[in-house]
Amino acid sequence: MNPQKEIKEKFSNKIIEFEERAPRRIYIEVKPEDIPEIAKFAFQDVGCRIVTASGRDTPDAIEILYHFSHDASGRMITLRTLIRDKDNPQIDSIAPIIKGAEWIEREIWELLGVNFKGHPNLKRLLLADDWPEGKYPLRQDS
Amino acid sequence: MSHKTIIPIGPYHPLQEEPEFFQLHVEGEKVVGLDIVLGYNHRGIEKLSESKHFDQATFLIERICGICSTSHPFAYVNAVEDLAKIEVPERALYIRTVIAELERVHSHLLWLGLAGHFIGYNTVWMWAWKYREPVLDVMEKITGNRQNYAMMKVGGARRDIEDEDIPEIIKMADDLLPPLDMFKGAVIDDPVIHARLKGVGVLTKEDIHNFGALGPTARASGVAIDVRRDNPYGAYDRVEWDVITQEEGDVFAKAVVRILEMYESVKIIKQCFEKMPKGPIDANVKEIPPGEGIGHAEAPRGEVFHYVRSDGTNRPVRHKVRAPSYMNVPTNKVAVVGETVSDATIILAAVDPCYCCTERVAVVDRKTDKKIMNGSDLIRLSQEKTERIRKEMGVK
Repeated sequence: MNPQKEIKEKFSNKIIEFEERAPRRIYIEVKPEDIPEIAKFAFQDVGCRIVTASGRDTPDAIEILYHFSHDASGRMITLRTLIRDKDNPQIDSIAPIIKGAEWIEREIWELLGVNFKGHPNLKRLLLADDWPEGKYPLRQDS
Repeated sequence: MSHKTIIPIGPYHPLQEEPEFFQLHVEGEKVVGLDIVLGYNHRGIEKLSESKHFDQATFLIERICGICSTSHPFAYVNAVEDLAKIEVPERALYIRTVIAELERVHSHLLWLGLAGHFIGYNTVWMWAWKYREPVLDVMEKITGNRQNYAMMKVGGARRDIEDEDIPEIIKMADDLLPPLDMFKGAVIDDPVIHARLKGVGVLTKEDIHNFGALGPTARASGVAIDVRRDNPYGAYDRVEWDVITQEEGDVFAKAVVRILEMYESVKIIKQCFEKMPKGPIDANVKEIPPGEGIGHAEAPRGEVFHYVRSDGTNRPVRHKVRAPSYMNVPTNKVAVVGETVSDATIILAAVDPCYCCTERVAVVDRKTDKKIMNGSDLIRLSQEKTERIRKEMGVK
């Protein structure tokens, strides 16, 4: 049972970096546009569980990590992607494929300002109604 | 033509412990839609964590949630230890596990009481909370606190469990078994509870997968996931215990899972004390190197997930927290739609929602377990108290 190998083999030409940081911690970097297809494969074909996604602001890009768990083998498989356009960061939503991703993407959108194209319900989840537009608390300049 | 009525439950409703806005859309007696509006308790903990050093962050994280106050720091220290490849002394692994399982028991008893209350079984409520007290007393003895134990530390445990306290803890665990038998009988054998809870609020295996649902909510639908077994941490792979599942996925199944899990917790606690070696409890970690780590723990509600990124300084540059209720609460969209209004509250309660965790919530009145104020209210009360004392003392 080697879920990371399945992903690596199927998408070998799309993987920018593949790292096994620890026996059960795998990080796979891909381009933003490849995320929906690979996430779908991990979720539907490999049978991984959606854990969460974490966004992070860096000087050059907004990094999004999509964390999946392959419970049967006790492994965390994290898809890493870098969105370089920080003025207008966007990526295709995976919520149409994975219902559990709806709140996760809303949170990244409101705290970091990443637009999730095709999200069924992109509105505020945690921030107060009177929190100013355009101010993203998890950005480094906040 | 049928009318649509909207029945709001919340944001401050007597049957909810924390603010949350459920909008039930109903036609007649039937629920046809659900909107969930969160956000009342958002505290910005992830951002706050970036201004704490790695050891301070443990105390911050503990306060995400009063009832998961072990699980969050457990997952956090697991994440940092994953990042820095720290080896935790064996005795500390057992101590951590004992604390986590004691928490699971008192959390499940809390839920059992609330669930009893929600369906009008106030005796169950009183007795569940009565038998919860000895667990909290033991926590207070070991850690100094009934909630927020400050036992987790990066690299080990913050405090040891003294040898002279152990017999009392084991006795308390043994003394839980007869009441657990009573609750098991009270729930599993009661025809009224069957009629009330069976077939209600059902989640299928597919629902669980689609929503990424966790913990007893998932296990009650036959999805056998449990971080303690799947990716062991603490001492869970050094002791014998079973992952508890049911198949029907209804509210009844969720109650049964929680009751049976408490027996496993007692088993784990006793084995920990049998096997716990003497020795150090702290790896004395001085520095965290650059890198990233993932830690998770099986809280009473399901998997708690922490991701920590370090740049080699003494603070995390990113700390992502995801609590189990974040994945479980949205399942209500399918669990409560199609059911009757009178069942709505018990269905919503069946995932054991902790809005605290989902939103990193603030002030809860301990007596009523209701969230009653935000930060600015607290400041105002503090200021008023100072004024009163000044007046009493005749001080200007």
